[in-house]
Amino acid sequence: MKTLIDHIVKVGIADLKFAEAPMHLRTSGLGSCVGVVIYDNRLKIAGMAHVMLPDSTSAKKDNINIYKYADTSLPALLQTLLDKGARRHQLKAKIAGGAQMFSFSSTNDMLRVGERNVIAVKEFLENERIPIVAEDLRGKSGRTIEFSTETLMLNVRTVNQGTQDL
Amino acid sequence: MASIESLTAFQLDVMKEIGNIGSGNAATALSKMLNKKIDMHVPSVRVVDFEEMMNLVGGPEEIITAVFLRIEGEVPGQMFFILSPEEAESFVKQLTGIDDFSVIDHPDNLMALSALQEIGNILAGSYLSALSDFIGGSLQPSIPLITIDMAGAILAEGLLEISQVSDHAMVIDTLIDDHGDEGDPIKGHFFLLPDPDSFDHLFDKLGVSD
Repeated sequence: MKTLIDHIVKVGIADLKFAEAPMHLRTSGLGSCVGVVIYDNRLKIAGMAHVMLPDSTSAKKDNINIYKYADTSLPALLQTLLDKGARRHQLKAKIAGGAQMFSFSSTNDMLRVGERNVIAVKEFLENERIPIVAEDLRGKSGRTIEFSTETLMLNVRTVNQGTQDL
Repeated sequence: MASIESLTAFQLDVMKEIGNIGSGNAATALSKMLNKKIDMHVPSVRVVDFEEMMNLVGGPEEIITAVFLRIEGEVPGQMFFILSPEEAESFVKQLTGIDDFSVIDHPDNLMALSALQEIGNILAGSYLSALSDFIGGSLQPSIPLITIDMAGAILAEGLLEISQVSDHAMVIDTLIDDHGDEGDPIKGHFFLLPDPDSFDHLFDKLGVSD
């Protein structure tokens, strides 16, 4: 690996981080969670969100972690990029995750959360007119993703299907 | 209200005691199955947050073997039984005699997977029956599902329900000692994730609500 560890900004579960070239943004072990990268391709700045659930209105407590939910994390991601000087029409998105790790034949909605996360994320990006230029979604494998603000490529690694650059 | 973050030392001790009784039952079942002496005990019960939970199993990217069960009944929730690849392989070897099972290179050995699933089933079943004796109510485990993948991807799934109200889960560490010549006891982790509303009810039933 030519990438040095100290070039990597780690994004945890239910977390949101930003980076500028030449830094990398990385989040590990996405299952039903969805990793969303929004970047400005000219300024080479990017934000990565690791969202766990689609909708904060289902939260049963007051002081929620806004980075946990697609409907609260993604607006924060977009706004911060704009505050940092990103141009709205230059923004693009790459997304990965939304797997179903366990194949229950249940109708329990909780167990389809990967799919619901995918829908929530796509809906947000569509409403904000941010094009999704690459995606690796669904399936039943965990993913680790790393985004390079230099090359603007999203590297997706799974345990059994190797790695690919999107 | 007994939220998971504010469990008292006494309540954790109660959970540990239940863990020990459950693992005692499980050890007996395993001993019979493997036809040799197996000891199990629970050194600690802890409450951890998401990140700590991931770190316990070696980080979110670490490959783990996880048996996952949904618990229905008196105290609904989820349960994981986690083994590292080496531990899973050593278990499979003892249980089935298959010695070329590799979690990473040959993860599709159905016999091996089903053996692991069965171990998870026995252990979880023993643990749950101890717990249900204590609370005098019934707990039904779902069919166990086995998955081998990144820890973060697997565990986040179990955290979904609980993460609506809290960022914490209860961990029941379990040591499995087969008195064999090969190294240390197998370290398995049980993660017990009661649904958010289950906690009050659980400690009520145990007579240790504060």
